Amino acid sequence: MSFLSFNHHKDLPLDKDPGTRFLPWLIAFMVYLAALSVIATSIMQSVSARWERGVNDTLTVQLPPAQSVGEDQERMAQSLKILRNHPAVVLAEPVAKSHVLSLLEPWLGDADTLAQMPVPHLINVSLRREVDMDAEALVVKLDQVAPGATMDDHRIWMDRLIRMSKTLEYGAYLVLSLICLASIGTVFFVTKTGLAIHHDVIEVLHLIGAQDSYIARQFAEHSLHMGLRGGMLGLAVAGPTFGGFAYLYRQVDSALLPQIDITIMQWIAVLALPFISALMGYLTARSAVLRSLKKMV
Amino acid sequence: MVIVKLENVGLRYGVGPEILRDVSLTLEEGAFHFLTGPSGAGKSSLLKLMYLAHRPTRGLISLFGHDIATTDRTKLPALRREVGVVFQEFRLLDHLSTFDNVALPMRVANVHEKDIKKHVTELLTWVGLKDHMGARPTTLSGGQQQRVALARAVITRPRLLLADEPTGNVDDKLAVRLLHLLEELNKLGTTIVMATHNEGLVRQFGHPRICIEDGRVEQMGPLRPARGGGIRMEGKIS
Repeated sequence: MSFLSFNHHKDLPLDKDPGTRFLPWLIAFMVYLAALSVIATSIMQSVSARWERGVNDTLTVQLPPAQSVGEDQERMAQSLKILRNHPAVVLAEPVAKSHVLSLLEPWLGDADTLAQMPVPHLINVSLRREVDMDAEALVVKLDQVAPGATMDDHRIWMDRLIRMSKTLEYGAYLVLSLICLASIGTVFFVTKTGLAIHHDVIEVLHLIGAQDSYIARQFAEHSLHMGLRGGMLGLAVAGPTFGGFAYLYRQVDSALLPQIDITIMQWIAVLALPFISALMGYLTARSAVLRSLKKMV
Repeated sequence: MVIVKLENVGLRYGVGPEILRDVSLTLEEGAFHFLTGPSGAGKSSLLKLMYLAHRPTRGLISLFGHDIATTDRTKLPALRREVGVVFQEFRLLDHLSTFDNVALPMRVANVHEKDIKKHVTELLTWVGLKDHMGARPTTLSGGQQQRVALARAVITRPRLLLADEPTGNVDDKLAVRLLHLLEELNKLGTTIVMATHNEGLVRQFGHPRICIEDGRVEQMGPLRPARGGGIRMEGKIS
């Protein structure tokens, strides 16, 4: 782990380079964006997983209203019987009419007005994931006892949401990769600039017998240092940003946004970003210097 | 023992004209030579070949018995550490102190800091710069810079010392003092080649000469026998 040792003498005045002034800020920005990308990826993974679990477990059956209350009750009872006897069904419970009305209220007016309208009856069904269910056959059976019965299989629209969240997740990975490439490119060009600025000093070191690795180590340690400084700064700014996003997320009252669990490993990945950026800087600078020095005799 | 051997060496920079042509010479251990010739004749280029700053365009160079053309690049730094160089204009590192400039060759050789401190202090005392160890080169006079450059060149006790017009920017008194220091080193066994324009010094100290003109080794003029070895000129001698 010699790259973590800072006891070496610095023969090259890299601290005074113009690139040194902006590099930590640039790395801070990159780490900030990377931290947001990692968190976004984690959130998308969490959301997808929860939606996926939810979709596989539930469906809703809708019974159209009948001519009379008695007929409604009869249809409901027979539909519940069919559902509860199905091996894939764990639970089938009617949704209270008051709850259905409250769901419709924002669009169709107050509950008193709605009470006069023919509102369909809903049954929430929980499924046993390990048992396959032939949805079409079940709908046919339900249609026999409650003509016009439909089954709202959440999978169709949830699948779309999951596909969207997966796309966002892959997008976040792409952004993360681009941030890495941009960071590597920045360190590479700053190192190249440093090589040009200090060409005379490097030549003297070379001619008095310095190994390429001796010179490369000075650039690499400098980049490591800059990467750590910038990375810590970027992470420090990312913290309040996460807090702000979390606050806003909690304010959104929607059944579509499930609770987000960020695992310990995902937090470790975020906290490791400054060290990863520093290590990338170290390796990039070292490689750039070694390649350049090979051109010398 | 042969320290440096050049055989039919030619050197050109890029597609330019040949700077050195058919140079063949052998330097024995313990020799002391002046390298003379007009400006642009190829003195610095010849020294650069000897301290491995350039590879020859043609011909063979051997340093301490190693054929440079066939020596692995990773082994060249070790050979360079056997060669001390006093560069033209000294090439001291302005951002480092006198002490750190002199310590540089030991640091690149991974010598322990305790030993570095001991040897650098001793050497700076020897060259009369003990009181300037913390000073930056830019604050030193030309003569002091010259001595720092010399101290840096000899701190690792090199077998070969190459000095490229080290007396160019100092007065005659300091130049003579430098020559005395070089002779002291030569007595300790270091082979020395010093490029100079100063004919007075060459006559005064009387070491053999390698004279270059128009890229060719033209003549050798030992005014008195050199201690511990000589030079055999195999190139064109006019």
